[in-house]
Amino acid sequence: MTTSTATIARPTRRRGINWEKWGWIYMRVSGVILVVLIFGHLFTNLMTGEGIKAIDFAFVGGKLSDPFWQWWDVAMLWLALIHGANGMRTIVNDYVSSRSVNLALKWALLVSTVLLIVLGTLVVFTFDPCPVVAPGSEHLLASFCGAL
Amino acid sequence: MSTAMATAAVDSAPTELQAFTVTLIIRRFDPEVDEEPRWQDFDVELYGTDRVLDALHKIKWEQDGSLAFRRSCAHGICGSDAMRINGRNRLACKTLIKDLDISQPIYVEAIKGLPLEKDLIVDMEPFFESFRQVQPFLQASSKPKDGKERKQSVEQRERFDDTTKCILCAACTSSCPVFWTDGQYFGPAAIVNAHRFIFDSRDDAAQVRLDILNDKEGVWRCRTTFNCTDACPRGIQVTQAIAEVKQAIMRGKP
Repeated sequence: MTTSTATIARPTRRRGINWEKWGWIYMRVSGVILVVLIFGHLFTNLMTGEGIKAIDFAFVGGKLSDPFWQWWDVAMLWLALIHGANGMRTIVNDYVSSRSVNLALKWALLVSTVLLIVLGTLVVFTFDPCPVVAPGSEHLLASFCGAL
Repeated sequence: MSTAMATAAVDSAPTELQAFTVTLIIRRFDPEVDEEPRWQDFDVELYGTDRVLDALHKIKWEQDGSLAFRRSCAHGICGSDAMRINGRNRLACKTLIKDLDISQPIYVEAIKGLPLEKDLIVDMEPFFESFRQVQPFLQASSKPKDGKERKQSVEQRERFDDTTKCILCAACTSSCPVFWTDGQYFGPAAIVNAHRFIFDSRDDAAQVRLDILNDKEGVWRCRTTFNCTDACPRGIQVTQAIAEVKQAIMRGKP
């Protein structure tokens, strides 16, 4: 018998992106960023200025016309939705053993997440509190639109 | 000296030790008779200093010889008698009756997530299979200096000291909710034993083990529920060991 050390062959693992690893890292990183974004959001909405009384259509319209808050809200939307959907995906993986139900639930998660992200992003960047309306329909607009 | 001790034991026995009746409800399963496992209760006379294993012995020896369970050393070293006692994974030989609430029946069942064979005995093969997959043996490719031995400092030994304590009882792996639903997951015990060699300064195959555990069914399935740390009869910080392996994978080296 030879004295060389026996080594079990290096296991073959398919190459490519390791999604489970990046998913895990994403949860940690987005979690930390979301703490800042969400508490910043709550603080400016509820604590500064007049506090909760200030929140109305004009307040939201004003915020969504400021690029800073547009990007803040979009970042929050994307990070939170993907974070939540990935969390739900892991729960489905952990607790749904039926293959078809598992797959159906994950597709439902994907579709609803993509839909909400697309719609949310669209609203944040295209929202116009005072759109151009046909003559005679001005009474449908918010009260502050006349001043603009 | 032995006489003195014997006298002391006799003197104190009537005052300190008092037997009481404890009800055990055991999940029985005989594959030749039963379609499904069934619960059966036994009343046993026990002392507070007795262990759950003593109760099982009394049942097997005095009441029902067909009760099947594993045990070898009966002193918390061999890791044969891990079972679910009142819903928690414990070694029967390390669980004292006085630490349980005996006003209620004590529920004893086999550990979960592994195929049930009979009564409290499960098929441990899937557990040992994932243990084997992490290559739990020292692999040193370098020649030791002076042709004698591989020296290790106290700090280097300390690095993996906690995970050397594992006795492979499967209490941690069978307490893991991810393992219950996904038998492919390596499970805490395999990761603990990989940790023991990954952080060993004499071992050269850490990269191979990190690669194995960086799999879809590897460390990333851990949800940090701490069930394993709670279940470990040796007090190993299992969840921390898994977290250290995760960090080593991200660093790309131990």
